[in-house]
Amino acid sequence: MITFLHQLESNCSLAVAPGAIAIMRDLTYLVASILFILGIKRLASPRTARAGNGLAALGMLLAIIATLAGAGSSALIWAFSAMGLGAIVGVFLAVRVQMTQMPQMVALFNGFGGIASAIVAAAEWIKITSFEGPRDQSALALVGIASLIGCATLTGSIVAAGKLHGSISGKPIPIPAGLFVNIALVAVAVALIVALPVTGGALWALILVILIASALGVTLTIPIGGADMPVMVSLLNSYSGLAASAAGFLIFNKALIVAGAIVGASGLILTAIMCKAMNRSLANVLFAGVGTADSSGTAGTTAEDRIVKRADPDDVAIMLEASQRVIIAPGYGLAVAQAQHAVRELADALTKRGVNVAYAIHPVAGRMPGHMNVLLAEADVPYDELLDLDQANPEFDRTDAVLVIGANDVVNPAARTDTASPIYGMPILDVDKARTVFVLKRSLGAGYAGVQNELFFADNTLMVFGDAKKTITAITAALAEL
Amino acid sequence: MTDQLIISIFVFVLALFVGVEIIRKVPQTLHTPLMSGSNAISGVTVVGALAIIVITRDSTSTFSHILAALAIFFATINVVGGFLVTDRMLKMFKRRN
Repeated sequence: MITFLHQLESNCSLAVAPGAIAIMRDLTYLVASILFILGIKRLASPRTARAGNGLAALGMLLAIIATLAGAGSSALIWAFSAMGLGAIVGVFLAVRVQMTQMPQMVALFNGFGGIASAIVAAAEWIKITSFEGPRDQSALALVGIASLIGCATLTGSIVAAGKLHGSISGKPIPIPAGLFVNIALVAVAVALIVALPVTGGALWALILVILIASALGVTLTIPIGGADMPVMVSLLNSYSGLAASAAGFLIFNKALIVAGAIVGASGLILTAIMCKAMNRSLANVLFAGVGTADSSGTAGTTAEDRIVKRADPDDVAIMLEASQRVIIAPGYGLAVAQAQHAVRELADALTKRGVNVAYAIHPVAGRMPGHMNVLLAEADVPYDELLDLDQANPEFDRTDAVLVIGANDVVNPAARTDTASPIYGMPILDVDKARTVFVLKRSLGAGYAGVQNELFFADNTLMVFGDAKKTITAITAALAEL
Repeated sequence: MTDQLIISIFVFVLALFVGVEIIRKVPQTLHTPLMSGSNAISGVTVVGALAIIVITRDSTSTFSHILAALAIFFATINVVGGFLVTDRMLKMFKRRN
Protein backbone atom coordinates (compact mmCIF):
# COMPACT_ATOMS: atom_id res chain seq x y z
CA MET A 1 0.00 0.00 0.00
CA ILE A 2 2.74 2.39 0.95
CA THR A 3 4.69 1.72 -2.23
CA PHE A 4 1.53 2.26 -4.23
CA LEU A 5 1.03 5.61 -2.53
CA HIS A 6 4.67 6.41 -3.17
CA GLN A 7 4.00 5.81 -6.81
CA LEU A 8 1.05 8.16 -6.61
CA GLU A 9 3.19 10.73 -4.90
CA SER A 10 5.91 10.62 -7.52
CA ASN A 11 3.20 10.91 -10.16
CA CYS A 12 2.10 14.03 -8.41
CA SER A 13 5.19 15.78 -9.59
CA LEU A 14 3.68 15.70 -13.07
CA ALA A 15 1.82 18.89 -13.83
CA VAL A 16 -1.73 17.45 -14.13
CA ALA A 17 -1.74 14.84 -11.39
CA PRO A 18 -2.07 16.97 -8.23
CA GLY A 19 -5.23 18.56 -9.56
CA ALA A 20 -6.61 15.16 -10.51
CA ILE A 21 -5.94 13.80 -7.04
CA ALA A 22 -7.57 16.84 -5.46
CA ILE A 23 -10.66 16.37 -7.63
CA MET A 24 -10.86 12.66 -6.80
CA ARG A 25 -10.48 13.53 -3.14
CA ASP A 26 -13.28 16.08 -3.23
CA LEU A 27 -15.56 13.69 -5.10
CA THR A 28 -14.85 10.99 -2.55
CA TYR A 29 -15.79 13.48 0.18
CA LEU A 30 -19.08 13.96 -1.65
CA VAL A 31 -19.65 10.19 -1.65
CA ALA A 32 -18.75 10.09 2.04
CA SER A 33 -21.21 12.90 2.82
CA ILE A 34 -23.95 11.06 0.92
CA LEU A 35 -23.19 7.90 2.88
CA PHE A 36 -23.45 9.83 6.17
CA ILE A 37 -26.86 11.13 5.12
CA LEU A 38 -28.11 7.75 3.90
CA GLY A 39 -26.76 6.16 7.07
CA ILE A 40 -28.71 8.47 9.36
CA LYS A 41 -31.78 8.10 7.12
CA ARG A 42 -31.75 4.41 7.88
CA LEU A 43 -31.93 5.16 11.58
CA ALA A 44 -35.60 5.91 10.92
CA SER A 45 -36.38 2.25 11.69
CA PRO A 46 -34.70 -0.29 13.98
CA ARG A 47 -34.83 -2.78 11.09
CA THR A 48 -32.50 -0.76 8.86
CA ALA A 49 -30.56 1.10 11.54
CA ARG A 50 -27.63 -1.29 11.83
CA ALA A 51 -27.01 -1.22 8.09
CA GLY A 52 -27.25 2.57 8.25
CA ASN A 53 -24.53 2.77 10.87
CA GLY A 54 -22.41 0.56 8.62
CA LEU A 55 -22.96 2.92 5.67
CA ALA A 56 -21.85 5.92 7.71
CA ALA A 57 -18.74 4.01 8.85
CA LEU A 58 -17.99 3.11 5.22
CA GLY A 59 -18.29 6.79 4.30
CA MET A 60 -15.74 7.63 6.99
CA LEU A 61 -13.36 4.95 5.74
CA LEU A 62 -13.58 6.26 2.17
CA ALA A 63 -12.94 9.82 3.31
CA ILE A 64 -9.86 8.71 5.26
CA ILE A 65 -8.46 6.72 2.32
CA ALA A 66 -9.08 9.60 -0.08
CA THR A 67 -7.22 11.98 2.24
CA LEU A 68 -4.22 9.67 2.50
CA ALA A 69 -3.96 9.14 -1.25
CA GLY A 70 -0.76 10.75 -2.45
CA ALA A 71 0.74 11.09 1.02
CA GLY A 72 4.46 10.69 1.57
CA SER A 73 5.74 7.78 3.63
CA SER A 74 6.63 9.87 6.66
CA ALA A 75 3.13 11.35 6.66
CA LEU A 76 1.69 7.84 6.46
CA ILE A 77 3.76 6.68 9.41
CA TRP A 78 2.50 9.61 11.49
CA ALA A 79 -1.06 9.03 10.34
CA PHE A 80 -1.20 5.29 10.90
CA SER A 81 0.51 5.43 14.30
CA ALA A 82 -1.96 8.04 15.56
CA MET A 83 -4.96 6.27 14.04
CA GLY A 84 -3.77 2.91 15.36
CA LEU A 85 -3.47 4.18 18.92
CA GLY A 86 -6.83 5.95 18.70
CA ALA A 87 -8.48 2.83 17.29
CA ILE A 88 -7.14 0.70 20.14
CA VAL A 89 -8.53 3.11 22.75
CA GLY A 90 -11.81 3.40 20.82
CA VAL A 91 -12.31 -0.37 20.57
CA PHE A 92 -11.42 -0.82 24.24
CA LEU A 93 -13.98 1.79 25.36
CA ALA A 94 -16.71 0.61 22.98
CA VAL A 95 -16.43 -3.04 23.98
CA ARG A 96 -16.17 -2.46 27.71
CA VAL A 97 -18.79 0.20 28.34
CA GLN A 98 -22.00 -0.89 30.05
CA MET A 99 -25.29 0.32 28.64
CA THR A 100 -26.05 2.25 31.84
CA GLN A 101 -22.76 4.13 31.31
CA MET A 102 -23.62 5.13 27.76
CA PRO A 103 -24.44 8.78 28.60
CA GLN A 104 -21.03 9.49 30.12
CA MET A 105 -19.28 7.71 27.28
CA VAL A 106 -21.11 9.71 24.63
CA ALA A 107 -20.28 12.84 26.63
CA LEU A 108 -16.61 11.89 26.71
CA PHE A 109 -16.57 11.13 22.96
CA ASN A 110 -18.14 14.54 22.31
CA GLY A 111 -15.21 16.03 24.19
CA PHE A 112 -12.68 14.11 22.08
CA GLY A 113 -14.35 15.38 18.91
CA GLY A 114 -14.20 18.92 20.26
CA ILE A 115 -10.54 18.83 21.23
CA ALA A 116 -9.59 17.28 17.89
CA SER A 117 -11.18 20.22 16.08
CA ALA A 118 -9.45 22.71 18.38
CA ILE A 119 -6.09 21.04 17.74
CA VAL A 120 -6.66 21.17 13.99
CA ALA A 121 -7.26 24.90 14.41
CA ALA A 122 -3.99 25.29 16.35
CA ALA A 123 -2.06 23.39 13.66
CA GLU A 124 -3.59 25.68 11.03
CA TRP A 125 -2.60 28.69 13.10
CA ILE A 126 1.03 27.53 12.92
CA LYS A 127 0.75 27.20 9.16
CA ILE A 128 -0.88 30.60 8.69
CA THR A 129 1.50 32.50 10.96
CA SER A 130 4.63 30.88 9.52
CA PHE A 131 3.61 32.38 6.18
CA GLU A 132 5.58 35.48 5.21
CA GLY A 133 3.56 38.41 3.94
CA PRO A 134 -0.13 39.28 4.40
CA ARG A 135 -1.95 36.68 6.48
CA ASP A 136 -5.39 35.33 5.74
CA GLN A 137 -7.74 37.38 7.95
CA SER A 138 -10.87 35.25 7.82
CA ALA A 139 -8.80 32.10 8.37
CA LEU A 140 -7.39 33.60 11.56
CA ALA A 141 -10.88 34.44 12.79
CA LEU A 142 -11.94 30.87 12.01
CA VAL A 143 -8.97 29.58 14.04
CA GLY A 144 -10.48 31.47 16.97
CA ILE A 145 -14.02 30.16 16.38
CA ALA A 146 -12.91 26.54 16.02
CA SER A 147 -10.74 26.82 19.16
CA LEU A 148 -13.59 28.39 21.11
CA ILE A 149 -16.19 25.73 20.25
CA GLY A 150 -13.70 22.86 20.43
CA CYS A 151 -12.22 23.71 23.84
CA ALA A 152 -15.59 24.57 25.39
CA THR A 153 -16.90 21.22 24.13
CA LEU A 154 -13.93 19.43 25.70
CA THR A 155 -14.17 20.86 29.21
CA GLY A 156 -17.98 20.88 29.16
CA SER A 157 -18.00 17.22 28.16
CA ILE A 158 -15.52 16.28 30.87
CA VAL A 159 -17.69 17.94 33.53
CA ALA A 160 -20.84 16.33 32.10
CA ALA A 161 -19.21 12.90 31.93
CA GLY A 162 -17.93 13.32 35.49
CA LYS A 163 -21.40 14.24 36.75
CA LEU A 164 -23.03 11.35 34.93
CA HIS A 165 -20.39 8.93 36.17
CA GLY A 166 -20.71 10.21 39.73
CA SER A 167 -17.08 11.36 40.02
CA ILE A 168 -18.40 14.95 40.27
CA SER A 169 -21.49 15.66 42.38
CA GLY A 170 -24.63 15.34 40.27
CA LYS A 171 -26.18 18.19 42.22
CA PRO A 172 -26.31 21.55 40.50
CA ILE A 173 -23.37 23.66 41.68
CA PRO A 174 -24.53 27.25 41.26
CA ILE A 175 -22.01 29.84 40.11
CA PRO A 176 -22.53 33.27 41.68
CA ALA A 177 -23.96 35.56 38.99
CA GLY A 178 -23.66 32.64 36.58
CA LEU A 179 -25.50 34.27 33.73
CA PHE A 180 -23.33 37.37 33.96
CA VAL A 181 -20.13 35.28 34.14
CA ASN A 182 -21.11 33.31 31.03
CA ILE A 183 -22.09 36.40 29.06
CA ALA A 184 -18.84 38.11 30.07
CA LEU A 185 -16.77 35.07 29.02
CA VAL A 186 -18.54 34.89 25.65
CA ALA A 187 -18.04 38.63 25.10
CA VAL A 188 -14.32 38.42 25.84
CA ALA A 189 -14.02 35.36 23.58
CA VAL A 190 -15.71 37.22 20.72
CA ALA A 191 -13.39 40.20 21.23
CA LEU A 192 -10.39 37.88 21.07
CA ILE A 193 -11.68 36.22 17.90
CA VAL A 194 -11.78 39.70 16.38
CA ALA A 195 -8.32 40.42 17.80
CA LEU A 196 -6.82 37.35 16.09
CA PRO A 197 -7.02 38.68 12.50
CA VAL A 198 -6.39 42.27 13.62
CA THR A 199 -3.11 41.34 15.32
CA GLY A 200 -2.12 39.08 12.44
CA GLY A 201 -2.66 35.99 14.61
CA ALA A 202 -1.03 36.92 17.91
CA LEU A 203 -0.16 33.91 20.05
CA TRP A 204 -1.48 35.55 23.22
CA ALA A 205 -4.89 35.99 21.62
CA LEU A 206 -5.05 32.32 20.66
CA ILE A 207 -3.97 31.19 24.12
CA LEU A 208 -6.55 33.46 25.75
CA VAL A 209 -9.29 32.09 23.49
CA ILE A 210 -8.32 28.56 24.52
CA LEU A 211 -8.30 29.45 28.23
CA ILE A 212 -11.58 31.33 28.14
CA ALA A 213 -13.29 28.62 26.08
CA SER A 214 -12.10 26.00 28.57
CA ALA A 215 -13.50 28.05 31.44
CA LEU A 216 -16.76 28.58 29.58
CA GLY A 217 -17.23 24.83 29.11
CA VAL A 218 -17.05 24.42 32.89
CA THR A 219 -19.24 27.39 33.84
CA LEU A 220 -21.94 26.24 31.41
CA THR A 221 -22.14 22.67 32.71
CA ILE A 222 -21.31 22.77 36.41
CA PRO A 223 -24.56 24.51 37.49
CA ILE A 224 -26.67 21.85 35.76
CA GLY A 225 -28.29 19.13 37.85
CA GLY A 226 -28.20 15.41 37.14
CA ALA A 227 -31.82 15.34 36.01
CA ASP A 228 -31.12 17.94 33.33
CA MET A 229 -28.08 16.14 31.98
CA PRO A 230 -29.97 14.67 28.99
CA VAL A 231 -30.28 18.25 27.72
CA MET A 232 -26.64 18.99 28.35
CA VAL A 233 -25.39 15.83 26.63
CA SER A 234 -27.56 16.62 23.60
CA LEU A 235 -26.24 20.16 23.50
CA LEU A 236 -22.62 19.01 23.75
CA ASN A 237 -23.35 16.58 20.91
CA SER A 238 -24.38 19.55 18.85
CA TYR A 239 -21.26 21.53 19.84
CA SER A 240 -18.96 18.68 18.78
CA GLY A 241 -20.58 18.78 15.35
CA LEU A 242 -20.29 22.55 15.10
CA ALA A 243 -16.63 22.31 16.14
CA ALA A 244 -16.01 19.90 13.25
CA SER A 245 -17.81 22.28 10.89
CA ALA A 246 -15.73 25.22 12.10
CA ALA A 247 -12.55 23.24 11.44
CA GLY A 248 -13.99 22.41 8.01
CA PHE A 249 -14.52 26.11 7.24
CA LEU A 250 -10.95 26.76 8.28
CA ILE A 251 -9.27 24.17 6.09
CA PHE A 252 -12.02 24.36 3.41
CA ASN A 253 -12.90 20.68 3.75
CA LYS A 254 -16.48 20.02 2.67
CA ALA A 255 -16.66 16.59 4.32
CA LEU A 256 -16.08 18.25 7.69
CA ILE A 257 -18.58 21.02 6.99
CA VAL A 258 -21.37 18.65 5.92
CA ALA A 259 -20.83 16.03 8.63
CA GLY A 260 -20.43 18.70 11.29
CA ALA A 261 -23.61 20.48 10.22
CA ILE A 262 -25.64 17.26 10.33
CA VAL A 263 -24.34 16.39 13.80
CA GLY A 264 -24.94 19.96 14.92
CA ALA A 265 -28.54 19.75 13.71
CA SER A 266 -29.00 16.37 15.35
CA GLY A 267 -27.83 17.64 18.74
CA LEU A 268 -30.04 20.72 18.49
CA ILE A 269 -33.14 18.67 17.64
CA LEU A 270 -32.50 16.28 20.53
CA THR A 271 -31.94 19.27 22.84
CA ALA A 272 -35.29 20.72 21.76
CA ILE A 273 -37.04 17.36 22.29
CA MET A 274 -35.58 17.03 25.78
CA CYS A 275 -36.54 20.59 26.73
CA LYS A 276 -40.08 20.04 25.47
CA ALA A 277 -40.33 16.81 27.44
CA MET A 278 -39.52 18.74 30.61
CA ASN A 279 -41.56 21.81 29.62
CA ARG A 280 -38.52 24.00 30.13
CA SER A 281 -36.79 26.49 27.91
CA LEU A 282 -33.14 25.91 27.13
CA ALA A 283 -32.23 29.09 29.02
CA ASN A 284 -34.10 27.79 32.05
CA VAL A 285 -32.24 24.47 31.96
CA LEU A 286 -28.87 26.18 31.54
CA PHE A 287 -29.22 28.87 34.17
CA ALA A 288 -32.05 28.11 36.60
CA GLY A 289 -30.35 25.26 38.46
CA VAL A 290 -33.53 23.23 39.06
CA GLY A 291 -32.94 19.79 40.52
CA THR A 292 -32.11 20.99 44.01
CA ALA A 293 -34.59 19.00 46.06
CA ASP A 294 -35.98 21.96 47.98
CA SER A 295 -39.40 20.26 48.33
CA SER A 296 -41.19 23.52 47.58
CA GLY A 297 -43.90 21.47 45.89
CA THR A 298 -47.62 21.34 46.57
CA ALA A 299 -48.41 23.35 49.64
CA GLY A 300 -48.49 21.89 53.10
CA THR A 301 -49.01 18.23 52.29
CA THR A 302 -46.32 16.01 53.71
CA ALA A 303 -46.35 12.35 52.87
CA GLU A 304 -46.54 11.24 56.50
CA ASP A 305 -50.05 12.39 57.32
CA ARG A 306 -51.65 11.02 54.17
CA ILE A 307 -52.98 7.57 53.59
CA VAL A 308 -51.81 5.39 50.76
CA LYS A 309 -53.13 1.99 49.77
CA ARG A 310 -50.58 -0.77 49.78
CA ALA A 311 -50.33 -4.05 47.95
CA ASP A 312 -47.90 -6.94 48.26
CA PRO A 313 -46.45 -8.93 45.34
CA ASP A 314 -49.10 -11.67 45.69
CA ASP A 315 -51.94 -9.16 45.26
CA VAL A 316 -50.18 -7.67 42.24
CA ALA A 317 -49.77 -11.10 40.64
CA ILE A 318 -53.47 -11.91 41.06
CA MET A 319 -54.59 -8.60 39.60
CA LEU A 320 -52.12 -8.75 36.71
CA GLU A 321 -53.23 -12.24 35.79
CA ALA A 322 -56.83 -11.07 35.62
CA SER A 323 -55.86 -8.20 33.28
CA GLN A 324 -56.08 -8.10 29.52
CA ARG A 325 -53.74 -5.22 28.95
CA VAL A 326 -50.81 -4.20 31.15
CA ILE A 327 -48.45 -1.27 30.55
CA ILE A 328 -45.11 -0.93 32.28
CA ALA A 329 -43.88 2.64 32.87
CA PRO A 330 -40.17 2.49 33.72
CA GLY A 331 -38.02 5.30 35.08
CA TYR A 332 -34.32 5.48 35.70
CA GLY A 333 -34.88 3.82 39.11
CA LEU A 334 -35.44 0.61 37.15
CA ALA A 335 -31.93 0.78 35.73
CA VAL A 336 -30.46 1.75 39.11
CA ALA A 337 -32.05 -1.39 40.60
CA GLN A 338 -30.73 -3.41 37.60
CA ALA A 339 -34.25 -4.76 37.22
CA GLN A 340 -34.54 -4.75 33.40
CA HIS A 341 -34.17 -8.51 33.03
CA ALA A 342 -36.54 -9.20 35.93
CA VAL A 343 -39.15 -6.96 34.27
CA ARG A 344 -38.79 -8.75 30.96
CA GLU A 345 -39.23 -12.12 32.69
CA LEU A 346 -42.42 -10.86 34.33
CA ALA A 347 -43.65 -9.56 30.95
CA ASP A 348 -42.86 -12.95 29.37
CA ALA A 349 -44.79 -14.78 32.08
CA LEU A 350 -47.78 -12.46 31.57
CA THR A 351 -47.66 -12.77 27.79
CA LYS A 352 -47.68 -16.55 28.16
CA ARG A 353 -50.95 -16.22 30.09
CA GLY A 354 -52.52 -14.20 27.30
CA VAL A 355 -51.97 -10.76 28.84
CA ASN A 356 -51.02 -8.03 26.38
CA VAL A 357 -47.92 -6.22 27.71
CA ALA A 358 -46.35 -2.98 26.47
CA TYR A 359 -43.90 -0.40 27.83
CA ALA A 360 -44.51 3.34 27.98
CA ILE A 361 -41.27 5.31 27.76
CA HIS A 362 -41.14 8.98 28.65
CA PRO A 363 -38.49 10.93 26.69
CA VAL A 364 -36.58 11.75 29.89
CA ALA A 365 -36.95 8.26 31.43
CA GLY A 366 -33.20 7.68 31.13
CA ARG A 367 -30.04 9.77 31.45
CA MET A 368 -29.87 10.64 27.75
CA PRO A 369 -32.38 10.66 24.88
CA GLY A 370 -33.56 7.11 24.16
CA HIS A 371 -31.50 5.65 26.99
CA MET A 372 -34.31 3.60 28.55
CA ASN A 373 -35.08 2.02 25.18
CA VAL A 374 -31.50 0.79 24.90
CA LEU A 375 -31.54 -0.54 28.46
CA LEU A 376 -34.72 -2.49 27.74
CA ALA A 377 -33.45 -3.70 24.36
CA GLU A 378 -30.41 -5.03 26.19
CA ALA A 379 -32.77 -7.09 28.35
CA ASP A 380 -34.29 -8.54 25.14
CA VAL A 381 -37.48 -6.48 25.28
CA PRO A 382 -38.74 -6.35 21.66
CA TYR A 383 -38.70 -2.80 20.33
CA ASP A 384 -42.25 -3.02 19.00
CA GLU A 385 -43.47 -3.24 22.62
CA LEU A 386 -41.90 0.14 23.43
CA LEU A 387 -44.41 3.00 23.16
CA ASP A 388 -43.39 6.65 23.23
CA LEU A 389 -45.40 9.36 24.99
CA ASP A 390 -47.79 10.03 22.09
CA GLN A 391 -48.39 6.34 21.44
CA ALA A 392 -48.87 5.43 25.09
CA ASN A 393 -51.20 8.14 26.37
CA PRO A 394 -54.29 7.18 24.32
CA GLU A 395 -53.83 3.60 25.57
CA PHE A 396 -54.09 4.16 29.31
CA ASP A 397 -57.88 4.39 29.64
CA ARG A 398 -58.06 1.04 27.88
CA THR A 399 -55.45 -0.44 30.20
CA ASP A 400 -56.31 -2.67 33.17
CA ALA A 401 -53.10 -2.25 35.09
CA VAL A 402 -50.01 -0.07 34.94
CA LEU A 403 -46.76 -0.91 36.69
CA VAL A 404 -44.80 2.25 37.49
CA ILE A 405 -41.24 1.16 38.22
CA GLY A 406 -38.70 3.70 39.45
CA ALA A 407 -40.46 6.61 37.75
CA ASN A 408 -41.85 9.60 39.59
CA ASP A 409 -42.10 13.09 38.08
CA VAL A 410 -42.92 11.75 34.61
CA VAL A 411 -46.14 10.16 35.94
CA ASN A 412 -47.17 12.96 38.32
CA PRO A 413 -50.70 14.13 37.41
CA ALA A 414 -49.94 17.49 39.07
CA ALA A 415 -48.25 18.36 35.78
CA ARG A 416 -51.74 18.43 34.24
CA THR A 417 -53.77 19.91 37.06
CA ASP A 418 -51.75 21.86 39.63
CA THR A 419 -50.75 25.25 38.23
CA ALA A 420 -48.66 25.90 41.36
CA SER A 421 -46.51 22.84 40.80
CA PRO A 422 -42.99 23.41 39.44
CA ILE A 423 -43.58 20.63 36.93
CA TYR A 424 -46.94 22.06 35.73
CA GLY A 425 -47.26 21.79 31.97
CA MET A 426 -44.67 19.07 31.57
CA PRO A 427 -45.97 16.31 29.30
CA ILE A 428 -46.45 13.18 31.40
CA LEU A 429 -47.54 9.59 30.98
CA ASP A 430 -51.22 9.60 31.99
CA VAL A 431 -50.90 6.36 33.96
CA ASP A 432 -53.58 7.52 36.44
CA LYS A 433 -56.19 6.96 33.71
CA ALA A 434 -55.66 3.20 33.84
CA ARG A 435 -58.01 1.09 35.97
CA THR A 436 -55.33 0.20 38.51
CA VAL A 437 -51.86 1.67 39.00
CA PHE A 438 -49.15 -0.19 40.89
CA VAL A 439 -46.27 2.02 41.95
CA LEU A 440 -43.10 0.11 42.79
CA LYS A 441 -40.96 2.34 44.96
CA ARG A 442 -38.62 2.25 47.91
CA SER A 443 -40.43 4.96 49.87
CA LEU A 444 -42.75 7.92 49.44
CA GLY A 445 -39.83 10.24 48.65
CA ALA A 446 -40.20 13.11 46.24
CA GLY A 447 -38.87 12.99 42.68
CA TYR A 448 -35.97 14.88 41.12
CA ALA A 449 -37.99 18.06 40.89
CA GLY A 450 -38.55 17.83 44.66
CA VAL A 451 -42.31 17.55 44.18
CA GLN A 452 -44.62 15.19 46.06
CA ASN A 453 -46.54 12.92 43.71
CA GLU A 454 -50.35 13.02 43.89
CA LEU A 455 -50.47 9.76 42.01
CA PHE A 456 -49.40 7.88 45.14
CA PHE A 457 -52.55 8.99 46.99
CA ALA A 458 -55.03 8.39 44.17
CA ASP A 459 -57.94 5.99 44.67
CA ASN A 460 -56.84 3.63 41.93
CA THR A 461 -53.19 3.56 43.02
CA LEU A 462 -51.62 0.77 45.06
CA MET A 463 -48.13 1.26 46.43
CA VAL A 464 -45.74 -1.69 46.47
CA PHE A 465 -42.81 -0.72 48.66
CA GLY A 466 -39.37 -2.29 48.41
CA ASP A 467 -36.46 -2.87 46.07
CA ALA A 468 -37.80 -2.92 42.50
CA LYS A 469 -35.88 -6.01 41.42
CA LYS A 470 -36.94 -8.07 44.47
CA THR A 471 -40.55 -6.95 44.13
CA ILE A 472 -40.72 -7.86 40.45
CA THR A 473 -39.09 -11.24 41.00
CA ALA A 474 -41.59 -11.89 43.81
CA ILE A 475 -44.51 -10.98 41.51
CA THR A 476 -43.23 -13.35 38.83
CA ALA A 477 -42.83 -16.12 41.42
CA ALA A 478 -46.35 -15.51 42.77
CA LEU A 479 -47.69 -15.61 39.21
CA ALA A 480 -46.13 -19.03 38.66
CA GLU A 481 -47.98 -20.40 41.68
CA LEU A 482 -51.41 -19.21 40.59
CA MET B 1 -10.69 33.05 0.93
CA THR B 2 -13.94 35.02 0.46
CA ASP B 3 -15.14 32.69 -2.32
CA GLN B 4 -14.25 29.70 -0.21
CA LEU B 5 -16.05 31.20 2.75
CA ILE B 6 -19.22 31.77 0.73
CA ILE B 7 -19.15 28.22 -0.66
CA SER B 8 -18.56 26.90 2.86
CA ILE B 9 -21.51 28.83 4.25
CA PHE B 10 -23.71 27.50 1.41
CA VAL B 11 -22.67 23.92 2.07
CA PHE B 12 -23.06 24.36 5.83
CA VAL B 13 -26.55 25.87 5.72
CA LEU B 14 -27.87 23.35 3.19
CA ALA B 15 -26.40 20.48 5.20
CA LEU B 16 -28.12 21.85 8.32
CA PHE B 17 -31.47 21.65 6.52
CA VAL B 18 -30.78 18.11 5.32
CA GLY B 19 -29.77 17.19 8.87
CA VAL B 20 -32.95 18.55 10.39
CA GLU B 21 -35.10 16.69 7.83
CA ILE B 22 -33.49 13.28 8.28
CA ILE B 23 -33.04 13.46 12.03
CA ARG B 24 -36.68 14.40 12.66
CA LYS B 25 -37.61 11.00 11.26
CA VAL B 26 -35.51 9.07 13.79
CA PRO B 27 -37.86 7.56 16.40
CA GLN B 28 -37.32 8.06 20.13
CA THR B 29 -36.35 4.40 20.49
CA LEU B 30 -33.19 5.06 18.48
CA HIS B 31 -32.18 8.40 19.95
CA THR B 32 -29.24 6.99 21.92
CA PRO B 33 -27.76 5.16 18.89
CA LEU B 34 -28.43 8.33 16.89
CA MET B 35 -26.32 10.29 19.35
CA SER B 36 -23.46 7.84 19.48
CA GLY B 37 -23.59 7.34 15.71
CA SER B 38 -23.65 11.05 14.91
CA ASN B 39 -20.90 11.41 17.48
CA ALA B 40 -18.81 9.01 15.41
CA ILE B 41 -19.60 11.07 12.32
CA SER B 42 -18.41 14.24 14.08
CA GLY B 43 -15.07 12.43 14.39
CA VAL B 44 -14.73 13.37 10.71
CA THR B 45 -12.24 15.90 12.06
CA VAL B 46 -9.80 13.00 11.64
CA VAL B 47 -9.94 13.76 7.92
CA GLY B 48 -9.01 17.39 8.55
CA ALA B 49 -6.11 16.41 10.77
CA LEU B 50 -4.91 13.84 8.23
CA ALA B 51 -5.05 16.49 5.52
CA ILE B 52 -2.73 18.70 7.57
CA ILE B 53 -0.15 15.91 7.87
CA VAL B 54 -0.44 14.98 4.19
CA ILE B 55 -0.20 18.53 2.87
CA THR B 56 2.58 19.81 5.14
CA ARG B 57 5.40 17.99 3.42
CA ASP B 58 9.00 17.38 4.51
CA SER B 59 8.57 18.31 8.14
CA THR B 60 8.04 22.02 7.46
CA SER B 61 6.97 22.05 11.04
CA THR B 62 7.40 19.08 13.34
CA PHE B 63 5.24 20.83 15.89
CA SER B 64 2.22 21.00 13.58
CA HIS B 65 2.80 17.31 12.78
CA ILE B 66 2.67 16.50 16.47
CA LEU B 67 -0.49 18.57 16.89
CA ALA B 68 -2.14 16.91 13.90
CA ALA B 69 -1.18 13.45 15.18
CA LEU B 70 -2.78 14.32 18.53
CA ALA B 71 -5.95 15.43 16.75
CA ILE B 72 -5.93 12.21 14.69
CA PHE B 73 -5.60 10.19 17.89
CA PHE B 74 -8.59 11.83 19.62
CA ALA B 75 -10.78 11.89 16.52
CA THR B 76 -10.06 8.21 15.80
CA ILE B 77 -11.20 7.26 19.32
CA ASN B 78 -14.38 9.12 18.49
CA VAL B 79 -14.83 7.44 15.09
CA VAL B 80 -13.91 3.86 15.97
CA GLY B 81 -15.46 3.87 19.44
CA GLY B 82 -18.58 5.67 18.21
CA PHE B 83 -19.40 3.40 15.28
CA LEU B 84 -18.56 0.27 17.26
CA VAL B 85 -20.66 1.08 20.30
CA THR B 86 -23.55 2.14 18.04
CA ASP B 87 -23.37 -1.22 16.29
CA ARG B 88 -23.29 -2.94 19.68
CA MET B 89 -26.49 -1.17 20.68
CA LEU B 90 -28.33 -1.62 17.39
CA LYS B 91 -27.63 -5.36 17.48
CA MET B 92 -29.76 -5.55 20.64
CA PHE B 93 -32.90 -4.10 19.04
CA LYS B 94 -35.07 -7.04 18.06
CA ARG B 95 -38.67 -7.51 17.01
CA ARG B 96 -41.05 -9.79 18.84
CA ASN B 97 -39.78 -13.26 17.87
